[in-house]
Amino acid sequence: MSNYRIQGATGEWEVVIGLEVHAQITSNSKLFSGAATAFGAEPNSQVSLVDAAMPGMLPVPNRECIRQAVRTGMAIQAQINKWSRFDRKNYFYADLPQGYQISQLYHPLVGEGSLEVILDEKDPEGSTKTIGIERIHVEQDAGKLMHDQHPTMSYVDLNRSGVALMEIVSRPDMRSPAEAGAYLSKLRSILRYVGSCDGNMDQGSMRADVNVSVRRPGEEFGTRTETKNVNSVRFVMAVVESEARRQVDLIEDGGTVVQETRLYDPDKNTTRSMRSKEDAHDYRYFPDPDLLPLELDDAFLAECRASLPELPDAKRHRYENALGLSAYNAGVLTADVETARWFEVLLTATAAKAGKGEAEVSKQASNWLISELFGALNKLNKGLSDSPVSPEGGAELLALVADGTISGTIAKQVLEKMLESGDGAAAIVEREGLKQTTDTGAIEAAVDAVLAANADKVAEYRGGKEALFGFFVGQTMKAMQGKGNPQLVNQVLKAKLG
Amino acid sequence: MTDLTELGVAAIRDGVAKGDFTAVEVAEGFNANVAAAQAALNAFIVATPEKALEAARATDARRAKGEPLGKMGGVPIGMKDLFASKGVQTTAASHILEGFKPEYESTVSQKLWDAGAGMLGKLNLDQFAMGSSNETSYFGNVISPWRRNDGGNAPLAPGGSSGGSSAAVAARLAPAATGTDTGGSIRQPAAFTGIAGIKPTYGRCSRWGIVAFASSLDQAGPMARDVRDCAIMLEAMAGFDPKDATSLNLPVPEWEAGLSGDLKGKKVGIPREYRMDGMDADVAASWDRGIEWLKDAGAEVVDVSLPHTKYALPAYYIIAPAEASSNLARYDGVRYGLRDLPDGANLQEMYAATRADGFGAEVKRRILIGTYVLSAGFYDAYYTQAQKVRTLISQDFKNAFTQCDVILAPTAPTAAFGLGDMVSDPLSMYLNDVFAVPASLAGLPAMSVPAGLNREGLPLGLQIVGKAFDEQGVLNAGLAIEQRARFSAKPGRWW
Repeated sequence: MSNYRIQGATGEWEVVIGLEVHAQITSNSKLFSGAATAFGAEPNSQVSLVDAAMPGMLPVPNRECIRQAVRTGMAIQAQINKWSRFDRKNYFYADLPQGYQISQLYHPLVGEGSLEVILDEKDPEGSTKTIGIERIHVEQDAGKLMHDQHPTMSYVDLNRSGVALMEIVSRPDMRSPAEAGAYLSKLRSILRYVGSCDGNMDQGSMRADVNVSVRRPGEEFGTRTETKNVNSVRFVMAVVESEARRQVDLIEDGGTVVQETRLYDPDKNTTRSMRSKEDAHDYRYFPDPDLLPLELDDAFLAECRASLPELPDAKRHRYENALGLSAYNAGVLTADVETARWFEVLLTATAAKAGKGEAEVSKQASNWLISELFGALNKLNKGLSDSPVSPEGGAELLALVADGTISGTIAKQVLEKMLESGDGAAAIVEREGLKQTTDTGAIEAAVDAVLAANADKVAEYRGGKEALFGFFVGQTMKAMQGKGNPQLVNQVLKAKLG
Repeated sequence: MTDLTELGVAAIRDGVAKGDFTAVEVAEGFNANVAAAQAALNAFIVATPEKALEAARATDARRAKGEPLGKMGGVPIGMKDLFASKGVQTTAASHILEGFKPEYESTVSQKLWDAGAGMLGKLNLDQFAMGSSNETSYFGNVISPWRRNDGGNAPLAPGGSSGGSSAAVAARLAPAATGTDTGGSIRQPAAFTGIAGIKPTYGRCSRWGIVAFASSLDQAGPMARDVRDCAIMLEAMAGFDPKDATSLNLPVPEWEAGLSGDLKGKKVGIPREYRMDGMDADVAASWDRGIEWLKDAGAEVVDVSLPHTKYALPAYYIIAPAEASSNLARYDGVRYGLRDLPDGANLQEMYAATRADGFGAEVKRRILIGTYVLSAGFYDAYYTQAQKVRTLISQDFKNAFTQCDVILAPTAPTAAFGLGDMVSDPLSMYLNDVFAVPASLAGLPAMSVPAGLNREGLPLGLQIVGKAFDEQGVLNAGLAIEQRARFSAKPGRWW
């Protein structure tokens, strides 16, 4: 149970949220035509005769799009319907060449499923919640109108027309902005693992219609509104917050929430009415007579299942249980499939170089990735995908630390140089003379010099202020430009300070 | 020298192959007939004599080189203007597509050109194939070459929607033509004009590139002078097309080679529900003769029942308009065809103006009916119910075909009616398809063959309906009738 409550003038309110997520299916061609689907192409350069709805043109289902939707359904443990059907949703608009959208109303491809979200990312050991998913159906996207090309006319770009979408419809199971955000993030993570959608919300590959209503805790559902085409996790959370607030204020002022479609304005952080239920279209859904029912055989389903990768929950548990990572590290590394892939290459290479099992080097590798590399990349405004350091390069660096060639402190410097130059760790250490010294004579000389220069502090230390030990270590390392072997420095200092 | 335009598909194909005459001579003959008849019959929307000659020259050149000429080698044909013709105006007889020249060729027409046929022109039809008299064409109605024997010279309907096709073949403007049949649009015009026509099993011919009327019913087929010609042309038209998801993935049988009028061991079903009260006496007599002819050909005649027949027409007039209302939504003035943009009009006003101006009255009527039956609150009462009826009708045929191999019935309840006689009474017009529609709803192969003349001197057709995929059985029963009817009447050349 979520404790999220909206404080109204008359008491507490609970928000109820359901999301309809439109996810563009990753495929080379459209749902019912052979036209390409690349993002950002010249207007109307990816339009087949079918997409433009020329007379006599017919849709033919793209098997790969169906396959991706089925795999997605399997990834959320959903029922896959071996018999489904396409329906026409009829309405007129200039970006809809056929005058209807081919969708699935009556018999969707994927039925009931669910996914689990962690309610507080900072507390991965904390409680989880299962969010129900009612269905996934497959449908065509529409084209795009361009209103800024001509003073009195609108232009139409049909590149998106006919692109395959999955509409993933949740149950009204979410009760706070954070839950809605966590659900959308988790869904995006699963889609990217499965490879059925790239999840690029800023390019419109994934967008959500946010259904919000409010009620007194424990009472019946209130009337909901639907805010269309929200294109980031942050905005979804903001929509829930502002729309719930608006509804509470409205009701408390004696008004009534009307069922309507709304639009989100990120600049003002408010939603505004687009059309009410009374203006809603009568879509006149009926089975598309150009298409036979979609019947899936067991071999196809088996192939879909066999091709599923390890999914985020399973991976997180494996990282915790088999690799011994902390819940936090496991959560961070498995949230995005690209991070997990990067980490696994790093882990394999690190273990190989050390001649050890992955479990033995996993902590070192995960800590370095999360605290060192992420931080360094962040400063450069880069992500893992455009990191100048490869996972193999990272493994090379970790090996140098593991075998004592360089210290952890030097490793930070080496990483910075790797990011700047793109050179390998060993080459940098060699070139810059960063190898750690185990020469006790040199260390003793450095320690003697430090103690001599800080006679007052030596006296304080000997007088019982043992915390000063770290100061002497730091000074010695500084004098040795960080190259002194830390264990030896410790030993010599202990001996000399007596 | 014989008049080459008196020859049918097989005779032209064989004559060209043997060198009795050239394909160019044939094309020239038909081109001349097309031009001479256009003012009187209005069978073509666009004539393409150069296309016919071009294909003929190619056939003659192939023959000179000793190359195979194809199933339709040297045969010029008329193309119903519902099939997209690359670079040639394709209108569905509508104003909204006037001037539209596709950049693609329909699968069926391409197959015909690949088989050696040439195009005489684009044939007139009822607008978007909606009609049974060819009176809904934006380009004016087709006049049947037939006239009653009463000396009155009243202009008669060639049937519809493939009325240009039927008139052209009957008047010797083409040895054969393509038709499409949604609820009788090949069979009824064939019956009205004394020619043969077959609607194959749904899915035999690709629908790709055919302007859609009602997708679950539309099916292309040949219209020609006799059964053999239909068999030849259907072989050239049929075949699996991956671009049509409803296309049948089955090999195309050699129907011509399989032709046989010997029906020994076959059973012919006579559906008792088709014998309706007040049936036209000549039509009833023609049906009885047909029964005798099939007995004579060796068949056993059995009584069968198709109990849901009376619901077929109402179900058809829900399903077909429902699909049409959606199929015709793409004609919106945005991308091609007519755009009517009044001063200061917004998008909705552009749609309204374009579609009000671009569609004829019958098309609008069907769009309205179709929109209504799919509307919230009416869908179950109309569309869902009609689909149930459709299933029952298919079941009727399945049951009947446990007792017989083909079914014999009249093609239409009357001979050709006069132009204008039914325009103000759409229900009577719709009733003209009462015998044709059940086979359409069931997706079954069905053909009309000429069976004689009525007392007014007008042709009557007999219809054979077969099991799914059994075009051969249909063609063979048609051949048995043809051999006994010995139909040789043709319209006088009054134009």
